[in-house]
Amino acid sequence: MKMIGMEGAHAVAEAVKLADTEVIAAYPITPQTHIVERLAEMVANGELDAEYIPVESEHSAMSACLGSSATGVRTFTATAGPGLELMHEVVYIASSMRLPIVMAVTNRALSAPLSVWGDHSDAMAVRDCSWIQMFAENGQQAFDLTLCAFRIGEDPNVLFPVMVHMDGFHVSHVVEPLFLLEKKQVDKFLPPYHRPYSLDPGRPATLGAFAVPVIFSEVKKSQSEAFASTKPAILQAWKEFGDISGRYYQPVEQYKSEDAKVLLLMMGSFGETAMVAVDELRQRGEKVGLIRLRLWRPFPFEELRQAVGNAEILIVLDRCISFGGPPGPLCSEVKAALYSLEKRPKVVGFIGGLGGRDISVEQFREMVARGREAVARGGEEETQMIGVR
Amino acid sequence: MENFAIYVPRLLPQKDFFIPGHRACIGCGEALALRLVTKTLGRDVIISNATGCMEIVSSPYPTTSWRVPWIHTLFENAAAVASGIERALKILERKGKATAKPKVVAMGGDGATSDIGIQALSGAWERGHDFLYVCFDNEAYMNTGIQRSSATPFGASTTTSPAGKLSIGQTTWKKNMAAIAVAHDIPYVATACPSYPFDLIDKVSKAASIHGPTYLHILSVCPTGWRHPTDLTIRMGRLAVETGVFPLYEVENGKYKLSMDFPKLRPVRDYLKLQGRFRHLPEEEIDRIQEGVKREYEKLKKKLEA
Repeated sequence: MKMIGMEGAHAVAEAVKLADTEVIAAYPITPQTHIVERLAEMVANGELDAEYIPVESEHSAMSACLGSSATGVRTFTATAGPGLELMHEVVYIASSMRLPIVMAVTNRALSAPLSVWGDHSDAMAVRDCSWIQMFAENGQQAFDLTLCAFRIGEDPNVLFPVMVHMDGFHVSHVVEPLFLLEKKQVDKFLPPYHRPYSLDPGRPATLGAFAVPVIFSEVKKSQSEAFASTKPAILQAWKEFGDISGRYYQPVEQYKSEDAKVLLLMMGSFGETAMVAVDELRQRGEKVGLIRLRLWRPFPFEELRQAVGNAEILIVLDRCISFGGPPGPLCSEVKAALYSLEKRPKVVGFIGGLGGRDISVEQFREMVARGREAVARGGEEETQMIGVR
Repeated sequence: MENFAIYVPRLLPQKDFFIPGHRACIGCGEALALRLVTKTLGRDVIISNATGCMEIVSSPYPTTSWRVPWIHTLFENAAAVASGIERALKILERKGKATAKPKVVAMGGDGATSDIGIQALSGAWERGHDFLYVCFDNEAYMNTGIQRSSATPFGASTTTSPAGKLSIGQTTWKKNMAAIAVAHDIPYVATACPSYPFDLIDKVSKAASIHGPTYLHILSVCPTGWRHPTDLTIRMGRLAVETGVFPLYEVENGKYKLSMDFPKLRPVRDYLKLQGRFRHLPEEEIDRIQEGVKREYEKLKKKLEA
């Protein structure tokens, strides 16, 4: 296919259309609006034969998705920041009832103060909800990962919902050159959704029974085991997607990291800025590399440990604060993943990019320098903020 | 009427879809109402149930009292879940992927309907989804232990509106949920009570046959929360209707019709005095309730003329 210029949000809508999605229930919230506006337009024009439910809240958006997915219909929604928080309890139900809804999240800060701009506070608040979660760093990835999300979630060996995170505005609203796919390529990649136990009077089933203490733990254990075992299906889907598109995805993606002494680690759109910083530092002869988590849940422990390799310093950038805890949620998870390694890098955490604040190439260079200093001073330090007055 | 027990079962469908073994309290008017509702709806339905008494008594995993497809997810979202089911069925039908289109029915208690779930329900009505919503109104959060809701009547003592030295119990008047439904311009709204089973069955049939949003508000007598003997459930429902506390009516396309009228309403005292939740009320408060009931009944009568 030929390259076209398209906004990230519209690319997501194209993926939803190519997937023949049948029900979309959504409530408008900046910066997700361009996704759902485009989908509503597609339905209104007959480009996509789907039911668009313009619900009265995000809570009802996810609730309508539960009903639709349980009826055996391919279902999509999208939200951001406070919208994701409003649907919080419903998000847990979707995964615990094994409903493979796909949701695009244009990451946005949580109020107060009100900010429509991007950070990862919303994503971190739903970290433990047993949705498969991936982070796109540009419009192309947002398109690709949305298509993969349907394939992965609906896999009979998976049946978990999938969240595709993309930074609000930085990904959703930026027009980028990207490649879509032909319908026939998608049809080969994505079989129709078939639900083993749907709401069907021909085979009445009780969905959503309550569990007393004597059974609840067993239910959660089986959910946990099922969730942890989704990795092969994710890898298989990404491989097959690569075979049709030429774009291969990995749970942990590496950039000039093999021989790196200092590694940067992050999720989301800042990965691209960090690449430029890595290139510049390499030109100066510094052995710096970059790793990005594409897959956030299930957490890619093995891949991360391998990617960290022989690095001496690992600099982790969080776009979220965990108040009163280990300040950066991504950093604390990375540290936990590396703790059991005998030889592990010193980890230095930074927090930046909150509420849409940019992080420049220069600030990545600064992080590398401050990281080196911290380690030279004798070890891992408390998380520092970057780019703040 | 002496042969009532002989001929009545023949007038009702034999098959039950809300089946015995559930854990409802003795004398539960809500379980009785639900049994009649599901009997009338038959096999070809999908039910979205809010958290509440009927959900909790019917579905302790791994048992179920449901012989129809049934989904429970949360307290406040039964109408939104039903919206999704209804649209999913619509597109399955449009794409030729399903042969029959079952009736979608959402249900919840008075808390799920008039308090925590009112936004989702209002949204679904405004969007015009084709489903029946049934509110089983037992006038408080009975499932969690008799806490007041916006459907609790004036003067009732509940665990969160207790009567005390400085309080007569609930100090607000019952929210008129049926009027709120009517304000959404939906094609059919009705009130019912299982003490009048044939009236209830007729209304369920009618509501289920109409395309678009329909609403049934069913007074569900609760001996546990209302604090009266369990063998008075049917009588209590009849007294609620005969005193004008809970009039039975239908509103079809905005037009009000009383299902039964009485030459003279019984005094509310007859209804209140049998219930422990009103036991503390002094005479002047009972008079105040009588005035309130009269006022509401007259308002309803005015609507009949319109």
